Amino acid sequence: MNTQFLLQLLVNGLVVGTLYGVVAMSFVLIYKATQVVNFAQGELLLIGAWVCWTLLTKYQVPFWLGMPMTLVFMFAFGILIQVVILRPMVGEPVISVIMVTIALSTVFQAALKWIYGVNPQPFPRVFTSQSVTIGSLQIQTVYVMSLVVSVAMMIGMAWFFKVSKWGLAMRATAFNQQVAQSLGISVKTVFAMAWAISAMVSAVAGVVVAVVNGVSSGLSIYGIKVFPAVILGGLDSIGGAVVGGIIIGLLENFAQFVDSEYLHWGNLYEVAPFYVLIIILMIKPYGLFGTKDIERV
Amino acid sequence: MASPSLIPSGDFRTSYAVDTTIFPTTTSRNFAILGIILTCFAPLVFSEYWLAILIQIGIFGIAALGLNILVGFTGQISIGHAAFFLLGAFTSAYISNKTPIPVFFAIPLAGLVTAMVGLIFGLPAARLKGLYLVIATLAAQYILLDFFSRAEWFSGGSVPAMANPFSIFGYVLRGDRQYFYVVLAYVVVSYLLVTNLMRSRDGRALVAVRDHYLSAEIMGINLTKYRTLSFGLAAFFAGIAGALYAHYQLVVSNEGFGIERSILFLAMVIIGGTGSIMGTLMGTAFVVLLPESMEWISAELKGSAIDRALQLNNNLTFLREIAIGLIIIAFLVFEPDGLAHRWRQIKTYWKLYPFSH
Repeated sequence: MNTQFLLQLLVNGLVVGTLYGVVAMSFVLIYKATQVVNFAQGELLLIGAWVCWTLLTKYQVPFWLGMPMTLVFMFAFGILIQVVILRPMVGEPVISVIMVTIALSTVFQAALKWIYGVNPQPFPRVFTSQSVTIGSLQIQTVYVMSLVVSVAMMIGMAWFFKVSKWGLAMRATAFNQQVAQSLGISVKTVFAMAWAISAMVSAVAGVVVAVVNGVSSGLSIYGIKVFPAVILGGLDSIGGAVVGGIIIGLLENFAQFVDSEYLHWGNLYEVAPFYVLIIILMIKPYGLFGTKDIERV
Repeated sequence: MASPSLIPSGDFRTSYAVDTTIFPTTTSRNFAILGIILTCFAPLVFSEYWLAILIQIGIFGIAALGLNILVGFTGQISIGHAAFFLLGAFTSAYISNKTPIPVFFAIPLAGLVTAMVGLIFGLPAARLKGLYLVIATLAAQYILLDFFSRAEWFSGGSVPAMANPFSIFGYVLRGDRQYFYVVLAYVVVSYLLVTNLMRSRDGRALVAVRDHYLSAEIMGINLTKYRTLSFGLAAFFAGIAGALYAHYQLVVSNEGFGIERSILFLAMVIIGGTGSIMGTLMGTAFVVLLPESMEWISAELKGSAIDRALQLNNNLTFLREIAIGLIIIAFLVFEPDGLAHRWRQIKTYWKLYPFSH
């Protein structure tokens, strides 16, 4: 057994997993606050990455300025989507809303391919690429950066929900919309904010992935990988999303290890999360930390 | 099916049996029969190009019909429909190649196999709310496509699988003109079957599950059973359609059956009208004709300023996807009942013309 290789893959898994966790977190944020299952989460990530890429390469904006500009754009963009497309759908059946987000993801995906083409683009160097050696492992600085940013965002999110006024309003809305409204919380604004924050967080994750791997339409796969993560963690648990994301990331890389060392099947790591998804639906459908939805008749 | 408001005066129903007939009036039945007879002459009239489009509408119409049972009548969504379609195609090709079973029987068999596999994915989710079925079918889409690209014994792996041409009692059908009738027969039978299903106890149970699942359960409807049943039916029709597609193309490959195709199937159902059987066919026709019409338009615009600005030729695929997505959103926001609803309004208008108020 190749321990070195396994360790390397597990470190990769941790890095990718925290990113899944961040995206899953922003997915759950929308789901919790607005009851919308967002199939376009991966596209939000992709849009963030492309916007930042355009600012940095086309307009030669320095990174310290380009990143906040991207965030501002994504904030406005999130509100725009919510107000223009999702707001008319309030009160419609769940499946209609789901289909709207599926259609949105198609539109964004195709529009981005149209604008930027299908070829991956390298991201401008933001950090001087070096590798840190820990023990016998070589870890690239971008990976460390990615891990640090992800963890920082998770802590920021936790602070936001536990302490800040907006976070509390959002939690109140998620708990019960009518009660929240009677306490003077504008549910409309909370919905828009949920999308805005979710879009921003996704964009940060998108830029991080872009810095590591370059920008391409393949990034939107993160939006799909979110589903195994959130089902594992529980659909309405933000902490569960993080844990689920990390587990899926580790598992993916572990599957790759098993595959390349023993099975030689090829791309096992791509489908392994989906097998996990089906198994979890069979044995523990509400995930590790999700609220059990019990309806007695 | 016409809406109840269109029943002509003097037409009284005195029993439930009469009230639930497939065709509410004699005229509507005669028109339906006339329509089918006229369609029978299509191969004699239309060019190869139009015939191919008609066959596609028929085949995809059957798959979309299955999806409409799930989406329109039971209120669940599947975004793995393309994978089940493809499974039907591969299964039928496999059966007709590797076993002595003729193609004629391979097609319904493929439908059954697809329904079985569909149940494996649908069963865990059917116990839960619709939301979970979406996610389970998403997993099914990826797992099945991965399986097809891997299982060489079944689908040929990276090499496309060959399918035998359709034959009946030793007579092999060749070309689109003859195959058209096979598709037509399947379309007529499936649409009649589903219309009939919706008149039955089981069909009404499905609608009850969609409208209010808690009330349905209170009334003694087994939710898990009916959700599973409708998912199995959806997979069954996807399998049948896939098998028809396999013996039409004579070659089956993974190409073009990703999640985008599943979304196309959803688009057919939404555009046609969720919960409308004839609407499904309209929606399918719309979705099949949309890329074709975009191609005509881009051919017309060739060399013009718009063409140069948008580079239509290179970007047509993307524009098509954008159009499909926008149309789905537009229909969901502005016309949730789809084309079927429009069609009913037009019919009402003419029925009462010139005294429409």
